[in-house]
Amino acid sequence: MNAIEIHDICKSYGRVRALSGVSLEVKEGEIFGLIGPDGAGKTTLFRILTTLLLADSGSASVAGLDVVKDYAGIRRIIGYMPGRFSLYQDLSVKENLEFFATVFGTTVEENYDVIRDIYSQIEPFRDRRAGALSGGMKQKLALCCALVHKPSVLFLDEPTTGVDAVSRRDFWNMLARIKASGVTVFVSTPYMDEASLCDRVALIMRGGIIDSGTPSKIESEYPYALYAVKGTPMYPLLKYLRTADGVLSCFSFGSVHHLAVDPSAAGVGEARQKILSDIVSAGFRDCDVQEIRPGIEDCFMYLAGRSRQN
Amino acid sequence: MKEFLAFVRKEFNHIFRDRRTMLIVLILPVVQMILFGYAVRTEIEHARVDIVGDMSDPEVRRIVGRMDSNRYLDVQEVLPSTGFISSRFRRNESDVAVCFERDFGTRLRKTGTGHVKVVGDGSDPNSAQMVVNYVMGVLRSEQTEISAELSGSESSVAFTPSVQLMYNPAMKSAYNFVPGVMGLIMMIICSMMTSVSIVREKETGTMELLLASPVKPLWILVSKVLPYLLVSTVNFITILLLSRYMMGVPLRGSLLLLSVVAVLFVFTSLSLGLLISVVASTQKTALLLSGMGLMMPTVLLSGIIFPCENMPAALQWLSHLIPAKWFIIMVKKIMIQGAGFPYIIKEFCILAGMTVFLMTVGVRKFRIRL
Repeated sequence: MNAIEIHDICKSYGRVRALSGVSLEVKEGEIFGLIGPDGAGKTTLFRILTTLLLADSGSASVAGLDVVKDYAGIRRIIGYMPGRFSLYQDLSVKENLEFFATVFGTTVEENYDVIRDIYSQIEPFRDRRAGALSGGMKQKLALCCALVHKPSVLFLDEPTTGVDAVSRRDFWNMLARIKASGVTVFVSTPYMDEASLCDRVALIMRGGIIDSGTPSKIESEYPYALYAVKGTPMYPLLKYLRTADGVLSCFSFGSVHHLAVDPSAAGVGEARQKILSDIVSAGFRDCDVQEIRPGIEDCFMYLAGRSRQN
Repeated sequence: MKEFLAFVRKEFNHIFRDRRTMLIVLILPVVQMILFGYAVRTEIEHARVDIVGDMSDPEVRRIVGRMDSNRYLDVQEVLPSTGFISSRFRRNESDVAVCFERDFGTRLRKTGTGHVKVVGDGSDPNSAQMVVNYVMGVLRSEQTEISAELSGSESSVAFTPSVQLMYNPAMKSAYNFVPGVMGLIMMIICSMMTSVSIVREKETGTMELLLASPVKPLWILVSKVLPYLLVSTVNFITILLLSRYMMGVPLRGSLLLLSVVAVLFVFTSLSLGLLISVVASTQKTALLLSGMGLMMPTVLLSGIIFPCENMPAALQWLSHLIPAKWFIIMVKKIMIQGAGFPYIIKEFCILAGMTVFLMTVGVRKFRIRL
C-alpha cells in the first residue's frame, strides 16, 4: 500500500490556479521530496493532504484514509510541521512539547525514545520560551512536536528554509534516522541540492508536476551535454554565451555558468575546445571549461523551460 | 478531558505571560469606572408624567393640561395614590410623578400656598434631573400666571414644590454609570479578548497545527472561552466591590439574580467574540471589529451616555439590537430599584434569545479546516 496517493488534484484561489491536476504516489517508509520554487503550490498540496484545505477536484488519501471523508482519522496519525514556525512563543520548550503530546493523547515520557535524538539537543534549554530560541533550535523543537505522538506519516513543509547550512545537514541526518524507524516522510523544499538526500522526488512548478522519480533517474534523463564555464567578467560572459552559436541554454550557478549544448553536434572533446577558444577570442580572461554531470537543478531548469513552451 | 485541561492551562499561560493582556484585563475596569464618573448629560423629549391628585380640582386640571401641552412632557395616567408610583417606575411606564395635595386649588386660593411633590426616577439620575427640571419650569410659570390673576387681592400665591428622587435621592451619577461600565467591561474582556486570542492562533499559524491534530475544533473553542469566563467573574466582583464601597451604589435586589444576569451577558459577549474570530483573519482586524463594531455602538447606543429615549426612531431601533442595552437595563433594575425577576423577564428573554442565536451562528461558522 502507498502511504500517500494523490489523483489529479486541482485547487484555485479565486482566479489564481495553485494546483492543476497533480498526481503522485509516495511509498511507505520512504523520504519523498517535493521540490520547486516559491509559489509553485507546495504548501497548498501539503494543506490538502493534512486535511486543512479542500481540493476543488481530484482525490487523495493518506495511509489509505480519504482526505475528505476520513479527515479525523488522518489527523490522528500524521505529524505536520508547517513552513512557518508555528509553536507558542510565550510557552517554554518543555510546555510546548508537553502540550502537543497531550493534544495527541500521549505523554512525552511514553514516546521519549522517538524524539530522544533530537530532543536531547534542545533539552538544556527546556525552560526557555520558544520565542527566544535560535532558528535551528526552533526547527528542532517543531520537529519534536510533530514527532512526539509517533506519527506514521510525517509532513514537513519547507523545514530547512531560513536555516544555516550546518543545521540543514543536521536536519537531513535526523530525517534519515526518522525514516529508519519506519515513518514515511513527505518533505518539501525550494533547495534543489537537497533532492539527492531523498529516496524519490517530484519537481513541481506552477501547480503542476513536471517530473518525478529517483534523483538519479531524473538526472540520467537529462538530454544535453553540460559544461561548467568560468571567465571574467561573469555577467557579460553569461550574455555572450546565451547568444553564442549551438548553445541550448545557459544559467548562472554561483561561480560558474552551466552551459548546455546538443551532444550529437560534435564530439565531446571538440565541443569543450570550441567553447574555450570562442570565449578566449571574445576577450574574456581566466577562462576554464569542464564537462560536468547534470544536477537536479539543471534538470529542473530544462524541464521548466520545456513545460513553459508547451 | 486531559487534552482539554492542557488547553485551558495553555490559555491561562498566554494571559498571565503577556503584560498587555494582564493590563487590559485587570486595570481597564478600574480606569473605566473612574473615567465614566463624568458622564455626559443631555436633554430628554416626551418624558412620561403620571399625576396623583384630584382631577376634579380646576387648578390641578389647569396645571396638568399645561404640562400635557409642553413638548417635553406627556401626561400618561392619573394614579389613585402615591403607592402606585414605584411599580410604574419599575415597569418603565413612567419617568416622573407629580403629586398634588388634597384640596390643592382651594388651599391655594385661600392661603396662597399649595403643596406639590415631584417624584423622579432616580435610577437614571441624568434623565431624572432633566425631567424634574422641566416639570418645575411648568409649575413656576403657572405660579406667576395665577399670581397675576389674583393680583387684585392682597396676597400673592406660591407653590411650594418639593422634589424627591425615588431610588436615588442624592442624585449620584454613579447609579447611572456603574451598570453601564459593568456592561462595557464584560463586553471588552469577553468579546475582544476571546476573538483576539483565537485569531492570534490563526495569525501565528498554530491554528494550522491544532486543526491538523485529533482535537475536536469545538473543544478548542471551549478552552479559549473558559479562562475569559473566569477572568470576567473576577471583573464582575471587582466592579461590584468598587461600586458598593467606593461609589456607594446600593445593591437592593438579589445578588444571585444579578450574577445570573451577568453570566448570561458574559455568554452573549463570548459568542460575539467567537463570531468576530470567525470573520477576522488578523489580530488587527479582530481588534478593529470589536473596537469599532462592538464598543462604539455599545457606548453610544446602549444608554450609558445618551438616553435612548432621545434618539431618532431609526437609532432607537438599532439600539434594541445592542445586547449591552438589555443587560444594563436589567442591572439598573436589580441594583438600584431592587426589582425581582418578574420585572426583568422581558429583557432577560431578549438577551437569552440573542445569545442562543449568536452562539449557534458562531459555532456553525467555525471551520474545521483552514
